[in-house]
Amino acid sequence: MPINKNNDEDIVISVKNVTKKFKIYFDKSSNLKEKILFRNRNRYSERNVLNGISFDVKKGEAIGLIGQNGCGKSTMLKMLTRIMYPNSGTISVKGRISSIIELGAGFHPDMSGRENIYINASILGLSKKEIDGRIQEIIDFSELHEFIDNPVRTYSSGMYTRLAFSIAVNVDADILLIDEILAVGDASFQSKCFNKMMEIKAAGTTIVLVSHSLGDIEKVCNKAIWIKNGLIAMSGTPREVIPHYLDWIMAKDSEPQNALNAAENENIKAADHPEKNEAPNDQPPPENNNITGNGDIEIVDYQMINISTGDTVPRFNISDSVKIRMEYKRNNPQIKEAMASMIIFRNDGLICYTTNSLIDTKSYFDIYEHGVIEFTLGPIQLLQGNYTMDISLSEDYGPVYYQITKAFVFEVFNTSSDYGVFRPNCSWTEAEL
Amino acid sequence: MNVIKELIEYRQMIHSLVKRDLRGRYKGSVLGFFWTFLNPLLQLVVYSIVFSTIMRVDVDKYYLFLFVALIPWIFFSTSLTGGSSCIIAQKDMIKKIYFPREVIPVSFVTSCFVNMLLCFIVVFAVMILSGNGINPAALCCLPVIMIIEYILALGIAMLSSAVTVYFRDLEHILGIISMAWMYLTPVMYTPDMVPEKFRFVMKINPMWHVITAYRDILYYGRIPNVTTLMLAFVSGVVIVVISFLAFSIMKRHFAEEM
Repeated sequence: MPINKNNDEDIVISVKNVTKKFKIYFDKSSNLKEKILFRNRNRYSERNVLNGISFDVKKGEAIGLIGQNGCGKSTMLKMLTRIMYPNSGTISVKGRISSIIELGAGFHPDMSGRENIYINASILGLSKKEIDGRIQEIIDFSELHEFIDNPVRTYSSGMYTRLAFSIAVNVDADILLIDEILAVGDASFQSKCFNKMMEIKAAGTTIVLVSHSLGDIEKVCNKAIWIKNGLIAMSGTPREVIPHYLDWIMAKDSEPQNALNAAENENIKAADHPEKNEAPNDQPPPENNNITGNGDIEIVDYQMINISTGDTVPRFNISDSVKIRMEYKRNNPQIKEAMASMIIFRNDGLICYTTNSLIDTKSYFDIYEHGVIEFTLGPIQLLQGNYTMDISLSEDYGPVYYQITKAFVFEVFNTSSDYGVFRPNCSWTEAEL
Repeated sequence: MNVIKELIEYRQMIHSLVKRDLRGRYKGSVLGFFWTFLNPLLQLVVYSIVFSTIMRVDVDKYYLFLFVALIPWIFFSTSLTGGSSCIIAQKDMIKKIYFPREVIPVSFVTSCFVNMLLCFIVVFAVMILSGNGINPAALCCLPVIMIIEYILALGIAMLSSAVTVYFRDLEHILGIISMAWMYLTPVMYTPDMVPEKFRFVMKINPMWHVITAYRDILYYGRIPNVTTLMLAFVSGVVIVVISFLAFSIMKRHFAEEM
């Protein structure tokens, strides 16, 4: 058989020049009066979501669609499942599709878990015989044995999604479409879902995955497609595409012409923490609810400086070094020395790191009428996430002179997909023994 | 034709939805499934009192005369009015999962149909108690007319459910239409009460023939007129074919319109 033909036969999803636009109604008139009165008014704007996308998926491949919110990934997926249809272009799909776009659609709260398995699986296209054959597997996977005959309304939301996911992954499909659902249940169930996914993939099922978790894309997919402004910006192996995508996101967020966007962000942050002053701004915060302490010493200015770039944008790469600068004034001349400390929290409340000048320098800092204390974290080594830092000046472990909670709110980026809290610079070697 | 094939593939879904609907309908109410029987019985009581005591319709055993037509009519009018909102009611599923959209109106009408079949238990009980006698030969025609009515109801429900997605007023308009339709169909009166000159026009209504056939079989105990059956069947098939075609065009934008 000629190789060419063979290739053609391997293609199970073929998307050619697909475009999709949505009508955004300002105020949709769907009743008679408005339809008659306003029939000549175009009270909607059109938004082009996809502007000509073409790609092929071969049998057994796992494709990841990545892109910003609203870039059209999910719309693409919905068109593959035939929930929506393109405005132009063609989509051809060979084989049975199962989609995990929404879990538990069609569950009836008053019916038992078992009855809902039958209903939900039949919606996914299974016959009664097929469901009978795999119901035990579904129940086993969901780990809901003792609850399976209780009405679904008595389930916790975790149990609910577990049941729904178990049904969805146990439908044997030729093509599995997944939208952002690997984050269900607790950590152990998540890893179970993930393993199931890999099992399905190993069995030769074609997978199309939409996810913001680039780590998942990298682990599951052998090809990534990055959709930007309704077009394919790049496609290739996840290792090739993801770094470009991340660079673009970071660049986009710090671009000067995006000042509007940035200003908006600042506004939001300012609204969230009106007392906080993290912009490069010489004015000390006048009133601050985040401030505690007796005020014998006052931190009048504080900055977090990215040493690599020299600016104070609170976004860092994992390898950036960061300098914290605290300028203080002494209000009580009796105070001759003090200790400076800092705590870094992750946004889920985990204490990532805390230290103070006494631990690190074995001595107290002399306190002047007006002075500055600085410390450097370099490289920062925290993994991707959102963090806050508290800073304080105190007498030993006793009275606190001045403490600023959430003095800094910052974000760390990480283009690699390692996971945890921080990166202890792990390196690998191998040899035969 | 593809649609038919797909519907057959998804028969288990239809089965599940019908079951879910029938079992879920009266969940939480004290009398539960008993309402299926109680509802038409109470309607029968009201109509019988009004028409045989107050309006004095001169028909022997009026309650039976009414009942054998009322049950099939309730099936049809529920398919018409309830059917119009059945797609919108399943919004979540439509927006999230692919399945042939026809499944929803088909399951809805089927569940109303099963409901009617269950009500026929009461109809037969009333027939036996009335001592009106049953003609077994005529009874053989009953499944035929039931299937014809099913086809007709399905066609109407498909059309109204799809149009309602784009035009929500239809749901409310249909309430009035259904009432008018009932009075244009000989449910509460005999066809010969209609003045001769209008009778011809009113026979355009396919439900005229359906109800007449039901009454022939169950009340008069005679085999219905073949022309009546044929007319009802042909109009049912025409409506269902048009509805399927219209539905297949309209269904493409369901997910966006909701």
